[in-house]
Amino acid sequence: MKIKGRITEVKGTVVKASDVSGIQMNEMVKVGEAGLIGEVVRVEGDSAYVQVYEFTTGLKPGEPVEGLGSPLSVTLAPGIVGNIYDGLQRPLSTIEGYTISRGYTAEAIDVNKSWHFVPVVKPGIKVQGGEKVGYVEETELIRHYIMIPPNVIGTLTYVAPEGDYKVTDQIAEVQESEKQSVSMLQRWSVRVPRPIKRRLVASEPLITGQRVIDAFFPLAKGGSAAVPGGFGTGKTVLLHQMASWANSRVVVYVGCGERGNEMVELLKTFPKLNDPISGKPIMQKSIMIANTSNMPVAAREASVYVGLTLAEYYRDMGYDSLMLADSTSRWAEALREISGRLEEIPAEEGYPSYLASRIASFYERAGYVETLSGDFGSVSIIGAVSPPGGDFTEPVTTHTLRYVKAFWLLDPNLAYSRHYPAVNWISSYSSYIESLSGWWSLNISDEFETLRRRALDILFKEESLRNIVRLLGPEVLPEDEKLLLEAANMLKEGFLKQSAYHEVDRYTPPLVQYYLLKLIISFYEKAKEKLTGGATVEEIKASPLYLEVIRARFNVKSKEDFEAIMKKVMEF
Amino acid sequence: MVIKTNGKLGYEELVEIELSNGEKRLGRSLQVSEDIAVVEVFEGTQGLSPRDVKVRFLGRPLELPVSNELLGRIFDGLGRPIDNMPEPVGSEELDINGKILNPYKREYPDEFIQTGVSVIDGMLSMVRGQKLPIFSGSGLPHDMLAAQIARQATIAKGEEFAVVFAAIGVPADTAMFFRRELEESGALKRSVLFLNLAEDPAVERIVTPRVALTAAEYLAFEEGYHVLAILTDMTNYGEALREISMMREEVPSRRGYPGYLYTDLATIFERSGRITGRKGSLTQLPILSMPADDITHPIPDLTAYITEGQIVLGKELYHKGIYPPVNVLMSLSRLMKDGVGEGKTRADHKELSDQLYNSYSKAMDVRSLTEIVGEEGIPESSKKYLQFADAFEKKFMKQDPYENRDIDTTLNIAWDILSILPESEWTNISEKSKKVYINVVQKRNI
Repeated sequence: MKIKGRITEVKGTVVKASDVSGIQMNEMVKVGEAGLIGEVVRVEGDSAYVQVYEFTTGLKPGEPVEGLGSPLSVTLAPGIVGNIYDGLQRPLSTIEGYTISRGYTAEAIDVNKSWHFVPVVKPGIKVQGGEKVGYVEETELIRHYIMIPPNVIGTLTYVAPEGDYKVTDQIAEVQESEKQSVSMLQRWSVRVPRPIKRRLVASEPLITGQRVIDAFFPLAKGGSAAVPGGFGTGKTVLLHQMASWANSRVVVYVGCGERGNEMVELLKTFPKLNDPISGKPIMQKSIMIANTSNMPVAAREASVYVGLTLAEYYRDMGYDSLMLADSTSRWAEALREISGRLEEIPAEEGYPSYLASRIASFYERAGYVETLSGDFGSVSIIGAVSPPGGDFTEPVTTHTLRYVKAFWLLDPNLAYSRHYPAVNWISSYSSYIESLSGWWSLNISDEFETLRRRALDILFKEESLRNIVRLLGPEVLPEDEKLLLEAANMLKEGFLKQSAYHEVDRYTPPLVQYYLLKLIISFYEKAKEKLTGGATVEEIKASPLYLEVIRARFNVKSKEDFEAIMKKVMEF
Repeated sequence: MVIKTNGKLGYEELVEIELSNGEKRLGRSLQVSEDIAVVEVFEGTQGLSPRDVKVRFLGRPLELPVSNELLGRIFDGLGRPIDNMPEPVGSEELDINGKILNPYKREYPDEFIQTGVSVIDGMLSMVRGQKLPIFSGSGLPHDMLAAQIARQATIAKGEEFAVVFAAIGVPADTAMFFRRELEESGALKRSVLFLNLAEDPAVERIVTPRVALTAAEYLAFEEGYHVLAILTDMTNYGEALREISMMREEVPSRRGYPGYLYTDLATIFERSGRITGRKGSLTQLPILSMPADDITHPIPDLTAYITEGQIVLGKELYHKGIYPPVNVLMSLSRLMKDGVGEGKTRADHKELSDQLYNSYSKAMDVRSLTEIVGEEGIPESSKKYLQFADAFEKKFMKQDPYENRDIDTTLNIAWDILSILPESEWTNISEKSKKVYINVVQKRNI
């Protein structure tokens, strides 16, 4: 029985409906003659306040409001990967014309497409939610496992034989007290985290190929990270780099309240970029959600939760998912706006008092887990933060930093001098360093940790010398300290800086990261020896080897490349 | 004002208010309920009294009639003609809020626009479909620069722009300056002007950029023109928005501006770009004056989060006699990377630009140091940076407001000043680009 009422007030994106007794919190509704989608955000007696996900121009009091009987949910089925959706999971590629009309409805996936289903179980066994009954090859990179929906339990009375089926066809049946039909398509309410068996401690890095991250401030698979930065500091470029190169199996990129052209850039490059490990185009492992800055504000929250739920779904198949949100600040602003229209008492800077808990429950959905079917999967979350005025003491930044385990603070001074990525190595942080150092020793080199510490040591010493240099100039320093400054310079120019647009420099596998660090540190050690032998820093800088080591990031691709330069360093 | 509607007025729909003396004003609903509505009156509420007015519901939102006939016309801030010619006959009436551009249907902007201004073409390259604002301050030559760009901007194939100009709360002199510039360059017949001047009502200001962009979008995406939209001064827009927000008793956010300022500005600036399969493009060149030269002020700050870069003008440079006084370190063109290079401008373009930034940034550090320890206190190698900075400002950046330099000239001047520094400092220059440099030098010496 659908609840039908009428509009009594329209205040921007918030609409008040009356005669809707029985309607539930977070229930989805259709508003007005135009059938705009909205969500109930407050219930008062037989009235309800609805946040409308589309522009409300022209809505009149008296127009109908219809409850849809369920909360905001996503469609989970083969056919999602490779798509670009809006915040309500409506596919953007199939809309006629070049604009998005109001009241537009569409299925998230092509329900008429046939998929070749291969069963992995036989009828007769006892099953419960999350267990795999079979799979389809969704793309060359994703084997999409069809699972029993999380709340279903019983005996498997039927499994479809191998063959071609549509997503709504029955491919299994489970019987407990009643018969429950299972198809390849499930729905899940986005505000509810998908269930898991248990949480585990993250122990493997999410390799991003971005040197300052992987080497100094790593993210673990199942971890959470924030990227706060003012405009022009490179948040989006860094996020695009993560989405392109991170070694997660699935990438969900949510453009939340940001530029349309940035989504277009992803759409343009992903089909042409190849995943470094499999060699296949990364479009085949990516899902995009675009709720750009000019699209309805209320849908920003929807976009973030839809993205998160999709990431969890693929985690439940035993994969590592990476969800990126650019930018979480726009979501917070949406919360502020709706809260204002609901006349809730504002907290700091006009944000609602529940801002912190919303941010917390978002990042808490990251994790490395044992899934219901006994596999291991993870959801990693990277959230961009856009502090107004570049002021990191603002609420969204301060609350976010309490809940993430890694943050990569983007420094405007680095950005002004075109040092990208502008990750400030003094203020950035990762609490995953300890738990991940074992991985580096085991898989790359047991020397790595030492090199890492040496490098950070040089950078920190440079920082403390900077004040003297700024006031008195580098000439007052003794030669060995001048050399230290040069070593720091080599680290900056040759390791920390990384071009997202250079064929070789844009992605550095961990082994090559080790090579580059080794070259720079070894050169520094050799240079120190030469100093004691009477050489000057100017002379050392003038040698062609100096420039060669700095530019190694553009040239070293293999062990041979590394050894060639290393030989010269040893003979320096 | 609040009016009784009996639920018959829709959200954001128009009303016509007739005063007892026959004067008519236009209003729009901000909030509607079953019995009343809150209406903003574009011409202001001075002289209005609850008894003597008649209100008529127009049953539609604010619209602009659009057609090819818009070109060459002049309108007020609400889109009503003020050039003593009749209302243009529209092939369509478009809601000034525009429709949402489907991001999937956007074409990525990557076609270089040669503005003829070296510092822009060389280091802050503009592409068709970009939104690139000028951040300025009082007394700085932003109007001059915008006019120079409008006059000189060409795309490689020699096509020209149609210009949509929106004056938002600017003095009449400013509007006249632009009109004259457009007229003298022959561009006026390919332009549409929307004028809300400083003396015009502030409430109207909220609408002006949207009316202008409705015209611009139509000309670009339906008629196929390459449109350059100049909106000035967006700070006046922001202040009008704040005024109205306070009148609506909304909870203020940073510095008293409404919390939705970002989104509101975004719905203006995102109305730009290119569309797959459509000939035209809409490039935006908004101008805003930073209050107290503070780039962290909400209006420039939020604008920069939305636009694809910013051209920041600085007082110090201007006082040194440099035009255009662009603070390159604070400026940025986010779309430059795909609009330059081999086949578009020149193969050495990007590296040259990166190197200029890098070196100029180092030079600024040297300058601050020199202020403390004096020129004698800095090493010889650093002194070269001082020379470089001077040459950069006086030879590369400085040019006449009517001087039009092509990209080759711009890049060659860049090499000239770069050669002041020793090659060991050219950390951004690859061997390949060095060869281009050698060719350039060789060509000159012949």
